[in-house]
Amino acid sequence: MTELSAQPGPPPDTEPDARQESRGSSRQDPGAQLLRTEGLTKHFKIGSALSRGTLHAVDDVSLSVGKREIVALAGESGSGKSTIARLLAKVYKPTSGEVYFEGKPISSNRSRADQLRYSGLAPMVFQDPFASINPVFRVSHGVMRGLKLHRPELSKQEQYDEAVRVFDVVGLTPAADVLQRYPHELSGGQRQRVGFAQALAMRPKLIIADEPVSMLDVSIRVGLLNLMTKLRAEEDVSILYITHDLASARYVADRLVVMYAAMLAESGPMEEVLTRPKHPYTQLLLSAAPDPRAPLNVGADTDRGEPPKVIDPTPGCRFRWRCPLAIEICHSVTPKMETLGPGHEVACHVAQSGAEVKAF
Amino acid sequence: MSSRAAEPQLVAAEQRPDSILDVRDLSVEYLLESGVVLAVDQVSFSLKEREFVAIVGESGCGKSTLLFAIAQLLSPPAEITSGSVFFRGRNMVGLSDSALTAIRWKDLSVVMQSAMNALNPVKSIGSQFRDAMRAHGTTSGEEIEARSAELLRMVGIDPVHLKSYPHQLSGGMRQRSMIAMALLFTPELVIMDEPTSALDVVAQRSLMVQIKELQEQFGFAVIFVTHDMSLVSHFSDSLMVMYAGQVAELGPTQRVFGSPAHPYTVGLMDAFPSIRGPQRTLKGIPGHPPDLARPPFGCRFAPRCPKVMARCTAEPPGLYQVDGIEVRCFLYDPSPPADEGSTP
Repeated sequence: MTELSAQPGPPPDTEPDARQESRGSSRQDPGAQLLRTEGLTKHFKIGSALSRGTLHAVDDVSLSVGKREIVALAGESGSGKSTIARLLAKVYKPTSGEVYFEGKPISSNRSRADQLRYSGLAPMVFQDPFASINPVFRVSHGVMRGLKLHRPELSKQEQYDEAVRVFDVVGLTPAADVLQRYPHELSGGQRQRVGFAQALAMRPKLIIADEPVSMLDVSIRVGLLNLMTKLRAEEDVSILYITHDLASARYVADRLVVMYAAMLAESGPMEEVLTRPKHPYTQLLLSAAPDPRAPLNVGADTDRGEPPKVIDPTPGCRFRWRCPLAIEICHSVTPKMETLGPGHEVACHVAQSGAEVKAF
Repeated sequence: MSSRAAEPQLVAAEQRPDSILDVRDLSVEYLLESGVVLAVDQVSFSLKEREFVAIVGESGCGKSTLLFAIAQLLSPPAEITSGSVFFRGRNMVGLSDSALTAIRWKDLSVVMQSAMNALNPVKSIGSQFRDAMRAHGTTSGEEIEARSAELLRMVGIDPVHLKSYPHQLSGGMRQRSMIAMALLFTPELVIMDEPTSALDVVAQRSLMVQIKELQEQFGFAVIFVTHDMSLVSHFSDSLMVMYAGQVAELGPTQRVFGSPAHPYTVGLMDAFPSIRGPQRTLKGIPGHPPDLARPPFGCRFAPRCPKVMARCTAEPPGLYQVDGIEVRCFLYDPSPPADEGSTP
């Protein structure tokens, strides 16, 4: 089993790095790991008594998030990214593998106090801002409830002050006024900010954001992406940003992890992976991203395949049916993640053989 | 098409001879108990044969309502309050249901946003194709079978899936079979409401490429509604940007992308990050779209506009012609502010 390197560090050969200047965010000190998964696996039993199958939602995923790091987890729908989020948030129990938070396995959190503590340190922000807030309560309800559960040491007044503070931080101003509103009085972007405020109220170290902007309008999206970088800079949180949109991933994240069919395909520092993608699937994703500033990239080999449902898979690379470069070994041996560059890991036999990969 | 040439042509006086669809001053209102919501406000545009027009805008800007109004699919409380929709010379506004039935699907078809909801989950794809063809006059079983199989093949789905039920297909396949269904009678105009919004980037691009190929093959015109401007940049001939129920900017796609005129379009262009080129901090557009039940007086974009002037909140801007595009912004008003009359 391959271990994903935990040290993203600064990208080794950053071109005049506009990102750092523009954000003014300091990087996490290398090695300061916050969350790490080891061989994380989740299988679901499906089918009836007569045709049983096992759906592999997440297979052998080892990834890490450093302190004050934003990691983007990208992949098509059905690739298992949301299952990972739910495993990290302890909605599901892993079939095998372990999640370590600050070095401690989270399965060792047996007492309710420990579990509460963990869910306060690693809260989740959901995709659908219309479904994730209870419509019959004022928006203060969610925040105050979180505070009551997770920070009982505060007095009522302190809790309220904290709610006002986090609403201010996420840009819901005037906070005292917004707190008194009902969800239907807020726009989609504002509701999603409420989601972040609720997470923030618990003094988290890691926010698991599952497609937080995909349901928002384009003009609103950037504001939330900027909010995420601001939270990292000012509130010292790490963020696992789950998305299918590579452009927004590039905008906020330091490191990119690409998933395909329940397994990791490639990971590494953002610019390194985007400028030198080594996995054919990453190349496919990059070529398909709509970009009005670039010419349309459609050759005769435009991929028309679809990601497989991973039910009772046989060994072999899961991308091989769509991959124009597949060689013999791809049909029999599942590729493991291997380091092929500074912090850059790829699970592809062709790339690992040292050959130039130019699939799409 | 030869059969169509024989039909009496009732060309409207103002219709351009080469256009197949002419929308003039179309307004749609939702008559709610709490008041009237003007969802589409005086929208005009025309569509030539084989043209691909994209309508982009944020949710709630009236783009889907506009599209439903064009297809005459509105149901109460929505109502067309003024304007006309000339399709091949015939005003569709106010046509009887039976007259519309003859046009729909055969000459003009609609691909709905969510294939998951638009397909009947308890019927096989083939039987849904059969229903549509029977309803429009094709009754021979063999013919239906052959045509259905042909179309599925054309959108890249194996005809064995005629026996499949919607849940057995992937999202992309469902969406493609919806498109196949819309093309059963080789219509002249296909109206698509965000057909790719539920798909991944890869499936999305392949569907766009396929729509474009089919369009070249059959020669139908397309009205494509989307909220994702970058998606259509390479596919549409002209682009209409809608804001708060009105046309903000309308012009050739490349022109609008190359030098966006309306501050809203500029803001939109600046709102999505790129995967190439240098990274820069984006600002997006502050605020949020107005409530159409109480639109701001004057320019509806004024509260969010970085270039707002005193005049913007005092009077509503007209649509001005600038270098082949139409823009609803005082910055492009050819007549000085003192002049009354906001007509271009």
